[in-house]
Amino acid sequence: MARDLAHLSDEALVALAARADDGALAELYDRFGHVAYGLALRVVRDPALAEDAVQEAFLTIWRSAARFVPERANASTWILTLVHRRAVDVVRREQPRRAEPIEVAPQASANATEDEAWLRLRRARVQDALRQLPDQQREALELAYYGGFTQSELADRLGEPLGTIKSRMFAGLARLRELLDTGSEEERWNEPEFTS
Amino acid sequence: MERTGIHELSAAYALDALDGDERREFEEHLTHCAECRLDVASFQEAASALAYQVEVAPPPPALKDSILEQARRERSNVVPLRRRLALPAVATVAAVAACAAISLGVWAATLHSELGTRPEAVPLTGASGSVIVTPGNEATLVVKDLAPAPAGKTYEAWVIQDNQPVRAGTFGGGGQVAFPLTRKVPEGAIVAVTLEQAGGVDQPTTDPVFATEPV
Repeated sequence: MARDLAHLSDEALVALAARADDGALAELYDRFGHVAYGLALRVVRDPALAEDAVQEAFLTIWRSAARFVPERANASTWILTLVHRRAVDVVRREQPRRAEPIEVAPQASANATEDEAWLRLRRARVQDALRQLPDQQREALELAYYGGFTQSELADRLGEPLGTIKSRMFAGLARLRELLDTGSEEERWNEPEFTS
Repeated sequence: MERTGIHELSAAYALDALDGDERREFEEHLTHCAECRLDVASFQEAASALAYQVEVAPPPPALKDSILEQARRERSNVVPLRRRLALPAVATVAAVAACAAISLGVWAATLHSELGTRPEAVPLTGASGSVIVTPGNEATLVVKDLAPAPAGKTYEAWVIQDNQPVRAGTFGGGGQVAFPLTRKVPEGAIVAVTLEQAGGVDQPTTDPVFATEPV
């Protein structure tokens, strides 16, 4: 029998998944499947491989939900970290032509649902934060996160010493963290309630 | 803020920009560097926000079905096994300490365990929570909701191996507890907690309040 899980927090859903509740896993997928797939596709640049990465990540969530510690991290961070790790592992294994800049064409649907509106809001915030980073820091973050490059590969590619790359990633991510922190209050106000 | 040397790698780790060997080495470092665990947690949160910048069509509907179908097939593996408590006859253990500590370590360890190698979150019997053991045998006791120790008393953790309890730190309880044990937990050992007089004792004098099975 279908139950209404929409009012539960992400963390509560993970706790239910830990008790082998597949309805909770389905709800988590409804919340994060889209952004997870977008992330995986951006990293692996191949729809079939992206699906593999998302599937593996969600099955990892399913298998290891009992080990998630909510006091430690948001469920959303945990899930997206798993998806990213899978995608990066896939792209390093498959070795596609990562150097080629490939734009994944956005295909936003015309009539946005509430969830899509929420995604757009988050996207605008991240883009705004990224714009405020110095170019070289932004470049290092984007190549590492979306390109799946290791720090050594980045150093080769950019022709910079490894130490410089490390410092850029650290400074860039620290700044991004700061920028995203500011305004979290505002975000809370704007966050739509998960109601069905 | 500045970090140098291996500490600086917390950013690269959160971005998944370390290769396999570097990743393993840094995860080992994480088991004993609280500062980096904090950095990693907040960096992973910032990094995962980058996922939202990607604009792309939704995944094919069949993907959800495929995931759920596979998940249901695996369900029997997911249901938490009821584990028997195999406490040695010798009771348990011994004093005080701040339970502030928290840990990011817990999450790092959790992530690590998902990624292979030795797990483990070993469930508690007698309380809701677990003991999380890193590959380096460092352990953190996590209890969901623990009553504060009565006045003049303390919770004391013990690592019990071959029926020999060894002190692993004391803490006060009260709400959520994430207490890094002061002693490593080797394979096959048990972690147990007793209530003892404030300050702790050298050998347990009471039955355990809760415990794990061998880790």
